[in-house]
Amino acid sequence: MAERPRIRLPKQAKKGDVIEIRTLLPHLMESGQRKGADGKVFPRKIVNAFTCEFNGRLVFSASLEPAIAANPYLQFSAKVEESGTFRFAWTDDDGTVITADESITVT
Amino acid sequence: MRPLSRRHALAALGATGAALALTGWSDGALATVQEAADEIAKFTGGKAPVKAKITIELPEIAENGNTVPLRISVDSPMTADDYISDVLVVADGNPRPGVATFRFTPMSGKADISTRMRLAATQNIVVVAKTNTGALFTGQQQVTVTVGGCVG
Repeated sequence: MAERPRIRLPKQAKKGDVIEIRTLLPHLMESGQRKGADGKVFPRKIVNAFTCEFNGRLVFSASLEPAIAANPYLQFSAKVEESGTFRFAWTDDDGTVITADESITVT
Repeated sequence: MRPLSRRHALAALGATGAALALTGWSDGALATVQEAADEIAKFTGGKAPVKAKITIELPEIAENGNTVPLRISVDSPMTADDYISDVLVVADGNPRPGVATFRFTPMSGKADISTRMRLAATQNIVVVAKTNTGALFTGQQQVTVTVGGCVG
């Protein structure tokens, strides 16, 4: 059901560089405010948390509210000192965690 | 809790007969400013943040409230001794004021974040940033919303 996240970051960087990371997860982000034709409110179902780790250490995280637009987009930075792997994780209201890994070579 | 924008609520209030039925709704819209202040107070622990260091990039006029681009950057060296740890974003005219809380680490390199949000109506976006030592900074910007998003 969950769609694949889209992640953009450089494949290579120099030691000490601050790189830009762009992430987007296709997700409806149902706010819990919207009503259907029958007048019933669609129950809230959003991605409420995001984390980004590099080689197991936390780089950036976010708590998201229903006011974040559908297909949550997050662009942030990371300072890289060594080669390694970023792990991205999105947590849905239903408890599902969607993860993705991206590696980078640092010289 | 209401999918009704303030503009719609006010328009409805203007219409005869609708006023009584809708008073509760307009109260809801107005209460958000207070709720936003409460949300900020929870984050700051009641301390007054300094108006500095925060840059907010928002369109002056957002034509589509369903997806309004937002960029926040906070001026900080982002070293292990001195970095921005938490950034709270609230919208004072949405049905619920919370937008997001972003948490940075020295490994973030920069306290800089871009995202897209939903806005129900013209309102203020308030950003409060906290450093690792507990210093607080704030910034605020108004955004005019032409067509409100169906928000939460």
